[in-house]
Amino acid sequence: MSIRSEPLTGSARPTRRAASLGVWLDRQSVFSWLMMAPPLLFLAALVGYPFCYGILLSLQDRPVAHVGTFVGLKNFMTDFKDAIFWRVTLNTFVYTAIATVLKMVGGLALALAMNQQFPMKNLVRALMLLPFIVPTVLSTVAWMWILDPAFSVFNWFLIALGVPKPGPSWLGNPVLAMGSIIVINTWRGLPFYGITLLAGLQTVPPELYEAATIDGAGGWQRFRYVTLPLLQPIILIVTLFSVIFTFADFQLVYVLTHGGPQNATNLFATYAFDIAMGAGQLGLGASVALTMLPALALLIIALTIYLRRR
Amino acid sequence: MVTGYGPIERLVRLWLPVGFFLVLALFPFYWMAVTSLKPNAELYNRRIMPLVVHNPTLKHYIDLLTETSFLVWTWNTMLVAVVSTAISLVLGVMLAYPLARMRFAGAGLIAMTVAAVYLVPQPLLFIPLADLINRLDLGNTLTAVILTYPTMLVPFCAWLLLGYFKTVPMELEEAARIDGAGRLQTMRRIFLPLCTPGFISAGIFAFTLSQNEFLYALIFLTQSAVRTVPVGVIAELIRGDVFYWGQLMAGALLGSIPVAIIYSFFVEHYVAGLTSGSVKG
Repeated sequence: MSIRSEPLTGSARPTRRAASLGVWLDRQSVFSWLMMAPPLLFLAALVGYPFCYGILLSLQDRPVAHVGTFVGLKNFMTDFKDAIFWRVTLNTFVYTAIATVLKMVGGLALALAMNQQFPMKNLVRALMLLPFIVPTVLSTVAWMWILDPAFSVFNWFLIALGVPKPGPSWLGNPVLAMGSIIVINTWRGLPFYGITLLAGLQTVPPELYEAATIDGAGGWQRFRYVTLPLLQPIILIVTLFSVIFTFADFQLVYVLTHGGPQNATNLFATYAFDIAMGAGQLGLGASVALTMLPALALLIIALTIYLRRR
Repeated sequence: MVTGYGPIERLVRLWLPVGFFLVLALFPFYWMAVTSLKPNAELYNRRIMPLVVHNPTLKHYIDLLTETSFLVWTWNTMLVAVVSTAISLVLGVMLAYPLARMRFAGAGLIAMTVAAVYLVPQPLLFIPLADLINRLDLGNTLTAVILTYPTMLVPFCAWLLLGYFKTVPMELEEAARIDGAGRLQTMRRIFLPLCTPGFISAGIFAFTLSQNEFLYALIFLTQSAVRTVPVGVIAELIRGDVFYWGQLMAGALLGSIPVAIIYSFFVEHYVAGLTSGSVKG
């Protein structure tokens, strides 16, 4: 649509001018850009601008409520010499990797279990989704109480079974704390995988299973050579989504452990929060947050291209 | 598929795994409910079997509603969720309609940008946004979160609606165009009324996401009168090292109920939106 309308002649009567304005507005490109302008401006102001401003902040020494001074890459140098930063990096990758694998395997198992006929299936499916829809902070508080050092309900049973008192310190031991946040993240994300994969399973034509059975395929072979290949696109999308938001997770860790004990569960987002909001170092905090960008950008670009291709 | 399992095989293949997942999913909610109904004497007694309530009491609920600002937080949460959902739906339609229906240069690029913006997680933006909100003098106002929640919700609604719009047949709009209706008129009178299910899906998701939001609310809202439920519960029911577990669990349960109710009415729309493969997990 590169053809421009004829310029109006000076003698055009108002009605004709109004009519040609109408014609102009009716063009697909004009209508589209006018329609999209408000949301695009909104996103430019509150996503685009903060994003660029964040990059600028990361290059400044900027204590809260002070004017920033440009320091180049000094903040990033500080990060790379900081032992806690590397611990945080390791934590984030471990957390994302294990939680994603657990959600994928568990979600597939959930979907396969739910892909059978049984009474009250819709009710069960609705209940299964509850962990995913309830505000994360509120369910995390419940987990915090389940794992309480003194009154953990798990420990009550373990002690009843003969484990010496007071039982494991779920959030006080570095390894157990990491295990706990991984399990809770899995608990919350599992329904998303399960229900999405279930929808995928329901689109698999039954004839394919019948054909595979006639060809002598057993249950595992039907799963391996019929189900998995057909589910692959859905698994890929769900996993990319989940990896992005697990990698940048904040609320669960902030509420449950605040990154402790001794930074054993500190992730990029919680560490950046500590530095920026706790210690008031906006520049340094922004630099920690931005170190997530390369990995996130790769994932986001991959997923964006994949979604567009569909 | 193969049918005709025996009862034992059905138990192993169906009821054991489904039962396991169901107990796993629901136990924390059961535990919230049980804890919130226990008197403190029972709550902090390690000798009593903890899974059931022996002397139920509503004391924690009464304390929560009378001694804390929980009702104010609930009102704030609802107000913010409703307003930001409404804003996001309107702006989302304004993005999605041209992308779904019009042919113009740059459409592909805009669609890519919307998808990418939707995938940008909050921790990448919260520090500069905090500074921005400060400079605009919007700290401790609900406007701060009403403005920032749509940054996640607009691209999200636009993306979900774009998918939905593409499934709506074009004949009615073409007929309206032939009858001389303008583009805006065609969109508002003919097209949008056909898309109610899409709006419900996007609306519920946006509503749940705003109820769930924590980071921006934590940073922007530091006074009790403007807090939302998640921030209020974390900031005011945990005082130093003192945890008011009974009230915390009562608050967690009451705070979960609005989302759960709305969700239960529209669960099919929710699942439809979820499985369109465009939801944050």
